[in-house]
Amino acid sequence: MLRVEGLSAGYGDITILRDLSFQAASGQVTCIMGRNGAGKSTLMKALMCLVPASTGTIALNWQTVQNLPAHQVPLSGIAYVPQGRRLFGPMTVAENIEVGLLARKKGPKTRDFVLDLFPRLRERLDQVSSTLSGGEQQMLAIARALCLEPEVLLLDEPTEGLQPSMIKLIRDTVLTLRDNGMATIIVEQRVDAVLRMSDRVCFIAHGRIEADVATAELGPDSSLFRQFVGV
Amino acid sequence: MSASAKSWALHLGLIAVLFAAQFGLPSYHATNVSRIMVLAVFAMGYNIAFGYTGLLSLGHALFFAAGMYGMGLPIWTLSWAPIPALIAGLVAGGALAGLVGLLALRTAGVSFMIVTLMFAQAGYLTLLYLNTHTGGDEGFVVDSAARVIAGFDLSTDAPRYMAALILFATAMLICLWLVRSPFGRVMVAMRENEQRSRMLGYNPFRVKLTALVISGLYAGIAGAAYGMLFGYVGATFATIQYSILPMLYVLLGGAGTVIGPFLGALLMFYLIDITSGYTTAYLFVVGAALVVLVLFAPKGILGTIRERGLKWLP
Repeated sequence: MLRVEGLSAGYGDITILRDLSFQAASGQVTCIMGRNGAGKSTLMKALMCLVPASTGTIALNWQTVQNLPAHQVPLSGIAYVPQGRRLFGPMTVAENIEVGLLARKKGPKTRDFVLDLFPRLRERLDQVSSTLSGGEQQMLAIARALCLEPEVLLLDEPTEGLQPSMIKLIRDTVLTLRDNGMATIIVEQRVDAVLRMSDRVCFIAHGRIEADVATAELGPDSSLFRQFVGV
Repeated sequence: MSASAKSWALHLGLIAVLFAAQFGLPSYHATNVSRIMVLAVFAMGYNIAFGYTGLLSLGHALFFAAGMYGMGLPIWTLSWAPIPALIAGLVAGGALAGLVGLLALRTAGVSFMIVTLMFAQAGYLTLLYLNTHTGGDEGFVVDSAARVIAGFDLSTDAPRYMAALILFATAMLICLWLVRSPFGRVMVAMRENEQRSRMLGYNPFRVKLTALVISGLYAGIAGAAYGMLFGYVGATFATIQYSILPMLYVLLGGAGTVIGPFLGALLMFYLIDITSGYTTAYLFVVGAALVVLVLFAPKGILGTIRERGLKWLP
């Protein structure tokens, strides 16, 4: 479980996250929703210690991580797929996966697990990653993060710019990971995607979690979506 | 044939061609090719830092000179045997690269370039300042008695060529193994996206420092071999020119390719050699060649070939 309590963070003198608290339980998908500039991506970066926390606690299974150097956070069990995928373009699919596996010295079992999740990648192992379609690149970005065998997976707008079939595939993958006990935190703007794959929705505004609601209590016309996302 | 088999065939083929060439080349060109092979080892080291890891250094002359003086001074002042002296040169290059890296890698990009340049200039001025110990601007000649290894006199053409070839072949095969190893993948990952590499759990400082030390070891052994094979150690080899040369070799041949540094060194060496026979403005020709390269093959010769067809080229 990832527990965030009283987190404040920002860039230099500018505070973006203010006294923010929420939890992401194992075997649950937690969606973070909010308008542009609300602090969603900054929250993801703060969880990865890319943005320094001025106050508060980030704890993975009661181990605090907020003071770790950024490169040690993935090794502690939190993996992050940023917005825009950011693959190692000239490398092949296989090499991208290999780089992911090496970090925590994972072997063929992990490799097979991620390739079973994304059979399409298995067919394209020798293809240079920059030549993949947008959806395939997103699959590879997620697969590479999963090579770390994380306990918590952070996905920043994973369905952005993808066609419906790819969105469904990503959604199915998230649900499979949930069934395997992974805690997943997703920044997502699409209401339909949120309703179909999340267990909880945290609405963020002005750097704070303003509402933390079970998805079952939300419908597509919920006023919370209009209030915090504007749809 | 698999990509790996093609790659091994290409590199072993190059070694075979260079081995055979010594029997047909006139003395002048055999000496030139010996020099090119040693300079190619220097450039291979530069390529590990720049081509594979993305570290644009302007301080590699310091590591080359460290290797050269690390080999030459123990022979000159302590009468060391050649093999321990060469090892001392290798270690000096790597150790100095490590020390410079510890400080310079706290910067990045242009700042890294400037800091490494400053270290190299400081090293050059130190060599001149300590002229009673280093020979200053004039340098010193490596005693020919100290240039004999296992009965082979390295001051003569054939043994010198073979020694240069053995060094080149060893350095190239190690480089080939390195870039195909897991650490080689991490170096490329670091070059492509440092932030993303960090988010996979890699410590950028540690990876870049390791790459820089390996690069320094290459520069160190190249400097030591250059002094040993050609019998001269001098501060000229610590000037900025010797930081820029390996960069040009790598850019011309193809950054991030194993053979690129050799090809770049070969072409650049002969471009200068031939044009300087016709005009004193040979650097103008070199400059024009580089402009053409940047316009039509910005990834260097082998980089462009790899992009357009030979995807398996490491």
